[in-house]
Amino acid sequence: MIEKPVKVLVAKIGLDGHDRGAKVIARALKDAGMEVVYTGIRQTPEQVVLSAIEEDVDVIGVSILSGAHVHHIKRLMELLEKEGANDIPVVVGGTIPIPDVDKLKEMGVKEVFLPGTSLKYIVDVVRRLAKERSSVGGHN
Amino acid sequence: MPRLFRDEEIEKIEENLERWEKETLPKSLKRFPERMEKFTTLSDIEVDRVYTPAHIKDFDYWEKLGLPGEYPYTRGIHASMYRGRLWTMRMFSGFGGPEETNKRLKFLISHGETGLSLAFDYPTLVGIDSDDPMARGEVGIVGVAVDTLRDMEIIFDGINMGEVTTNMTINPPAPVLLSMYVAVAEKQGVPYERIGGTTQNDPLKEFIAQKSYVFPPEPAVKIAMDLIEWSVKNLPKWNPISISGYHIREAGSDAVQELAFTIADGIEYVRQLISRGLDVDSFAHRLSFFWDAHINFFEEIAKFRAARRMWAKIMKEWFNAKKERSLWMRFHTQTAGVSLTAQQPWNNIVRTAIEALAAVLGGTQSLHTNSFDEPFRVPSEFAAKIALRTQQIIAYETGVADTVDPLAGSYYVEWLTDEIEERAWKYIDRIERLGGMLEAVKKGFPQRELTETSYKFQRDVDEGRKFIVGVNIFVDEDVDEIRNVPLLDFNQEEIEKRQIERLKMIKSIRNKEKVESALAELERAASRGENIMPYVLSAVKAYATLGEIMGSLKRVYGVYVEPPIY
Repeated sequence: MIEKPVKVLVAKIGLDGHDRGAKVIARALKDAGMEVVYTGIRQTPEQVVLSAIEEDVDVIGVSILSGAHVHHIKRLMELLEKEGANDIPVVVGGTIPIPDVDKLKEMGVKEVFLPGTSLKYIVDVVRRLAKERSSVGGHN
Repeated sequence: MPRLFRDEEIEKIEENLERWEKETLPKSLKRFPERMEKFTTLSDIEVDRVYTPAHIKDFDYWEKLGLPGEYPYTRGIHASMYRGRLWTMRMFSGFGGPEETNKRLKFLISHGETGLSLAFDYPTLVGIDSDDPMARGEVGIVGVAVDTLRDMEIIFDGINMGEVTTNMTINPPAPVLLSMYVAVAEKQGVPYERIGGTTQNDPLKEFIAQKSYVFPPEPAVKIAMDLIEWSVKNLPKWNPISISGYHIREAGSDAVQELAFTIADGIEYVRQLISRGLDVDSFAHRLSFFWDAHINFFEEIAKFRAARRMWAKIMKEWFNAKKERSLWMRFHTQTAGVSLTAQQPWNNIVRTAIEALAAVLGGTQSLHTNSFDEPFRVPSEFAAKIALRTQQIIAYETGVADTVDPLAGSYYVEWLTDEIEERAWKYIDRIERLGGMLEAVKKGFPQRELTETSYKFQRDVDEGRKFIVGVNIFVDEDVDEIRNVPLLDFNQEEIEKRQIERLKMIKSIRNKEKVESALAELERAASRGENIMPYVLSAVKAYATLGEIMGSLKRVYGVYVEPPIY
């Protein structure tokens, strides 16, 4: 049986236009054999939740370099729960101070990638999270 | 051709190099094998073992360098450079509300900063008000929040705008922020001819790199040109544009792409202004540039020198500029934010110092040095002070500012300057064939080039072809060092609330009819294709908000949505 490729949503939430990291990671995930949906910049948490459900993704990766990560991720996690989609693991990357890493993890974010994280590590984490989700059943 | 080196001399060097490679080098290589098979700059330019006159054998001093303050200005735009006046130490700052930023500006001035530079928050950068739903959680984080003229009044409270110059990093809403600045200066009694500073106002690089665009490319360029045209006629000391390589580099380009794309942007703007019927010498002297100073030391110095030489040539030969000052590439430099690491963050002080040194050796007119804590947040007072002190140490202790262009004549630096220039010309040629930068941007050419280069760089780091201390070599597992960095602390929610309340208050006390008629007039003028500046200024003076003014313009010009390609 052919294994279904991991499907990832790479999203930029908030107003910042720093899309270098998001694009590099989208490309690395694709090169690792995953299916990648990239939202482009200036997305709202509402738009991202909608895309994640519509595209039926295995993992959501959010890139934020505006410093507004706590606010936006809080909203994202609330909306995912409201839509019954909180089984989709969320990872976050960006310019994030350590105390905020703790806050994001408390909200349910599985992993926070600081600047300097290797692409290989990110690919491995995404793959592991997708696998964990499918092994516990996930939705559908 | 008057060459610097005689044929006999070059021959002798070439013969000796050959001998040296056979006799001296192998012995050394045997004892100390080279660390890498191939050495390259950050931009993948291969670096030779040693440079001699043979590498630059056709070097014509007058064609390549000339004297400082003379064509082609490779050695600097001023005859005695920093011996007369040091570069302007201009720290990019702003956070929270106008009150916090006013305090930070005064702090920096009191510690010897010689020019101001305002950082705006994201809602301001993309032209929406603090009470816009899209602004939730973003107000005051990466810069100061500005909604109305009132905010600008508070930012400059107690600062004499006739005595300082101010850079404003603002793009689509640049006409609004410049109008606010002018209106506050007027209130302070400063005449137009003494108002000095810079608006970034460089729309093309927004599409290429920075992505705080609002309008589609053509109207975005039209609005930027409106500002330039109005400014050169009304504000003789204002730099109405800062043609920016910085963001292009930070978004992942290499040094050659940064140089080529930025100069190509400049060429596009000059053409746009000339096509409006302006004489090139009426505006060329007010164009300014903005470069990144990255970590590959000599490559950056070579880039700055090549940039000056290329621009002088373009202005003289392509656009037939006559005035000397039209040929000058005046530029601001910022050390490379992207070179800073979250890991072992104190090392960033060292990186910034090296990059700042390159900017000074490259002849910058003004300089911002990043703070070591910027991989996490806008800088604390403590970190910003170290960054400013870094510049002061370079200026007052090292002696590097005591003679003009001290690296001229270095075989390596001259070779690299030529090499970077040659590579940049090739890019410019490609962009010209695409129809200039506006067309190239619409076709996505520079955007795609950046995506490729940034992906390659990341893979080079991941796979150990390029090194970053603390990231892929000399890695430290201890995260306490990061945890213990004293970060700037402010209550964002409080600031957002205060900003929204002030906006509400201004809206309740301003003359509503005056605002509405100013906005309607602006919209009509924009529809007619007139220069929008006088109308924006009137709207600002009536306390129309940033979001309202941008809203009127969006109705006429539309908004840009980028195709999400990676």
